[in-house]
Amino acid sequence: MIALLIRDLRLAFRAGGGFGLGLAFFLILVVLVPFSVGPQSALLSSIAPGVLWLGALLACLLSLDRLLALDFEDGTLDVLASAPLPLEAALAVKGFAHWITTGLPLVIAAPFLGVLLNLPPEGFGWLVISLMLGTPALSMIGCFGAALTVGIKRGGLLMSLLVLPLYVPTLIFGAEAARRGAIGMDVETPLFLLAGISLGSLALLPFAAAAALRMTIR
Amino acid sequence: MMPDLGKYATEVLSAYGITLGLMAVLLVLSTQRGRKARTALRRAEEETARHGKV
Amino acid sequence: MSIWKYANPVKFLALSARVQPFAWAAAAIGIIVGLGWGFFATPDDFRQGSTIKIIYIHVPAAWIAINAWIMMLIASLIWLVRRHHVSALAAKAAAPVGLVMTVIGLVTGAVWGQPMWGTWWAWDPRLTSFLILFLFYLGYIALWEAVEDPDTAADLTSVLCLVGSVFALMSRYAVLFWSQGLHQGATLSLDKEENISDVFWQPLVLSIAGFTLLFLALVLYRTGTEIALRRTRALNVRLDKTT
Repeated sequence: MIALLIRDLRLAFRAGGGFGLGLAFFLILVVLVPFSVGPQSALLSSIAPGVLWLGALLACLLSLDRLLALDFEDGTLDVLASAPLPLEAALAVKGFAHWITTGLPLVIAAPFLGVLLNLPPEGFGWLVISLMLGTPALSMIGCFGAALTVGIKRGGLLMSLLVLPLYVPTLIFGAEAARRGAIGMDVETPLFLLAGISLGSLALLPFAAAAALRMTIR
Repeated sequence: MMPDLGKYATEVLSAYGITLGLMAVLLVLSTQRGRKARTALRRAEEETARHGKV
Repeated sequence: MSIWKYANPVKFLALSARVQPFAWAAAAIGIIVGLGWGFFATPDDFRQGSTIKIIYIHVPAAWIAINAWIMMLIASLIWLVRRHHVSALAAKAAAPVGLVMTVIGLVTGAVWGQPMWGTWWAWDPRLTSFLILFLFYLGYIALWEAVEDPDTAADLTSVLCLVGSVFALMSRYAVLFWSQGLHQGATLSLDKEENISDVFWQPLVLSIAGFTLLFLALVLYRTGTEIALRRTRALNVRLDKTT
């Protein structure tokens, strides 16, 4: 398991592994927002938590097609499916690797981009905490979406169509927690619910993803 | 015969119109596809019969 | 004798052929009488004016939109557990019907909301949940279309339907949390005797029955179509091998 994690991380960091692309996308998206809605700082600061959450979500989505597609093409997935390690565990590890290479950098970058959007000072801590709690769910749901569509040629757009509706609850609670934090309201309820979604996804979705993957590579 | 719909006539009529239109589209598409599929099946069955036991 | 004998396509088709004429006829009667009664013979509501007449399509369409998904969920489960092809194909056949009903529910709601709430659309929990349901239908149908092998497609869409149901339910509660409602409460409920007066209630029930029967008839017919397509495919494969 750890070997698989290290392998995935090493592949991602290597040149051409696409590490940092999601981060760059996140940055560009946040820079584009003031161009589209105008530079009024009051408006920007009120939409900042939502925009940052949406940006992180889209950056996460963008990197999903690399999650399984390359391994599917070169046959690694077939090996994993017949390995002694259960496929469920292997997929959980791959989701975790995706989170380390995509989710974690987004969490770290978010406060800096928050400065660009004039995020109120109270909001930074809650933004980071909500993203920290929510991005694992995004990675795991994405892993499920990738497992569903891995056998389909040009499945990238289809995967977005499947994954984005699944992201709805995570986005609602995450952005709500960040928004409430920014205006000094009580954040406990959405944060707990967000953590619940993340834990539930981590516990159950590897099984769904493994089931879907077995159906494809049977 | 026609009931007096008052000032909301457009809304009510368009709601009914859109609904009946969409349902008609659904019915027509379903039957078209169904008929095509059933003729294709009949043709395939005839051909199978002509080739004898398969 | 058990219900599972209808998992055999031949038995299913025979039963379907016997039931369908009644279902179509009853659906036509229910919809024509229900909508006709509602449209021509009910009074206007004292606040909503004649827009109350939209309820006779809006509520049945929403009812079918939700129950079609539940039916797909059950059919998907049966397919995953017992591997009956008819079940998977019935789920496939129901999806576009549910999609159209979702659209009808959304559109009639918008048309009603414009004069009543002063807006076509509001980010109200019920409306938002329905929009999300619409997205789930789209994804489900798109996945069926995209996978070439029919059995794999049935497998993958079933898993999507299961996971999607869980997330759709979560979204339902998430949007309740996220926004305050504008939409009135349930028109129909089991625990309360009635929420609307008899004049509106009777044609509405008739219309709901009509829509439900229409759904049944359509799904039976469309499942038959899918079975025919599947069988044609199998025959053609065999023909290619022997000739």
